[in-house]
Amino acid sequence: MDLILGNAISWLFQPITAAYALAAIGIALHFGFTGLLNFGQAVFMAVCAYGFSISVKFFHLGFWPAVGVAVIASIAMAFLLGIPTLRLRSDYLAIVTIAAAEVFRFIVSTTSAQPVTGGPQGLNQYSDGFYAMNPIPVGHYKFWVWDFNQDDLFAIVVSWLVVTVFAILLAILIRSPWGRVIKGIREDEDAVRSLGKNVYSYKMQSLVVGGLMGTFAGILFVLPTSVQPGNYGTTLTFYIWTILLLGGASTVIGSIVGAMIFWSLLSLTGDLLSTGVDNGTITFLTQNQVGAIRFMLVGIALMLLVIFRPQGIFGNKKELYFNA
Amino acid sequence: MPSQIAKGAAVPGCAKIDPILIADNVRRQFGGNVAVDVEHVEIPRGLITALIGPNGAGKTTFFNLLTGFDQPNSGDWTFDGVKLAGVPAFKVARMGMVRTFQLTKSLNMITVMENMRLGAQKQPGENLLRALIRPLWKRNEDAITARAVELLTRFKLDAKSDDFAASLSGGQRKLLEMARALMTQPRLVMLDEPMAGVNPALTQSLLEHIRGLKNEGMTVLFVEHDMHMVRNISDWVIVMAEGKIVAEGPPNEVMKNPAVIDAYLGAHHDTDLGAEKQAKGN
Repeated sequence: MDLILGNAISWLFQPITAAYALAAIGIALHFGFTGLLNFGQAVFMAVCAYGFSISVKFFHLGFWPAVGVAVIASIAMAFLLGIPTLRLRSDYLAIVTIAAAEVFRFIVSTTSAQPVTGGPQGLNQYSDGFYAMNPIPVGHYKFWVWDFNQDDLFAIVVSWLVVTVFAILLAILIRSPWGRVIKGIREDEDAVRSLGKNVYSYKMQSLVVGGLMGTFAGILFVLPTSVQPGNYGTTLTFYIWTILLLGGASTVIGSIVGAMIFWSLLSLTGDLLSTGVDNGTITFLTQNQVGAIRFMLVGIALMLLVIFRPQGIFGNKKELYFNA
Repeated sequence: MPSQIAKGAAVPGCAKIDPILIADNVRRQFGGNVAVDVEHVEIPRGLITALIGPNGAGKTTFFNLLTGFDQPNSGDWTFDGVKLAGVPAFKVARMGMVRTFQLTKSLNMITVMENMRLGAQKQPGENLLRALIRPLWKRNEDAITARAVELLTRFKLDAKSDDFAASLSGGQRKLLEMARALMTQPRLVMLDEPMAGVNPALTQSLLEHIRGLKNEGMTVLFVEHDMHMVRNISDWVIVMAEGKIVAEGPPNEVMKNPAVIDAYLGAHHDTDLGAEKQAKGN
């Protein structure tokens, strides 16, 4: 039981959780504050994951230059997606982003791209530069039921530092006059335009900044593991959206807590079910079905949340009264 | 006797002594339908001009064209001597030509005060990088807030300043939209049906506000269907029908013009239809 709980709790601070939280913060800027429907946060994460890992593996760049490449790739992607769509209604951005994410995933996983992208196998072993910067002495660090080596600990610390920095950055931005303009755009573009603001430019800025958050999320996502094209499907984007709505779309802290709850809940339900199956308490399931069932349970939990608390955990209920 | 506003006789498209806005050959077609086809029109500076006409006359389209919200098929117009054709809407607003909308556009999920602040121009904090450093825009923000409080007090919305704009009544939203437009410190205010959906009690105060704009030296151009308002506050009336300017002049003379009565007011414009029915019933 301790182990099940420990597993669930460890998901509160895994680097993967941090990556999802950061990607959700990016969407919070896009959707919650600017009203941009970005259904392709996966493409920002993928572009940077490949930009980063190919720079290291193929061009033998160091860690920081590779991060630079990822950032440039992400900004280029934001412009590519934004230039044709941001003058149109918000639906079009949604269509283009979701399509772009799929197109990118199929391109990198083709076998003809294998020498560079690794094709369907993806890429790994590009994190040496990152772990070389680790100041934590070699050893095992034990807390309660967890046992980390120095690299795990380093990844956790760095991931949450990055998330914190971006969360503070966004909190400052949305409380500034810049944030006021983008919130105005969310409410009514034409009204903001009639007050002398260059709406197109602001939407582009929002897309770039939120995309950059997706980029850094993408780096956090792949540093401790590997780059797998299969990871960048629509499921990734929809998990991020789930996390965002769980925490509250127009909040900053909501994305972070949303990611923690989402992954802990997933781990908890999975572990409880499989233990139940193992010791014979649950007789109507097999071990193979547990993986699917836990997503159903999480789905039900999310449905209940959306029905009884539609503004998300941290959202402002007042904002919903008027929309109804 | 020639009026003091027009250079000569008050005919459609006549030249004004001191125009702030001059439009030439502005034409907008939607498919085969010509929505606006204005040969020449001048808006006098510092006065209140009403733009009237039946539904579908092209008044709002003309507004959209002048303010850059729509692009004409052809035409030129200048605001204070500056050519405006092809200039995007946000730049038109920055030049001091601000508009409101027929369907009120209050920004619902932000507060009344934030709505007002959004109208301010040249706030350095609206730049992405400067926004991060509060001292760069704090002083400016305080000045903007002070101006917003003053305007909100004048429009009797000060008690609502921390509420979401969505919680305002329809009439209050009209007031907010007008006050927010004034935050841009415009020279020409273009109001698209400021009285639509406003109850009679509020109408009087809205009229006062519009007169107030003129007293402060602003030029007002408004679209309206309410003839009492047009008669009450406008110095000059321009009548549109089927996309063209069909008449203009001081309000009392325009109302007597048979072309206007035919096109717009109809033969029974002075009879109270409700009272007539009642009389017949008795």
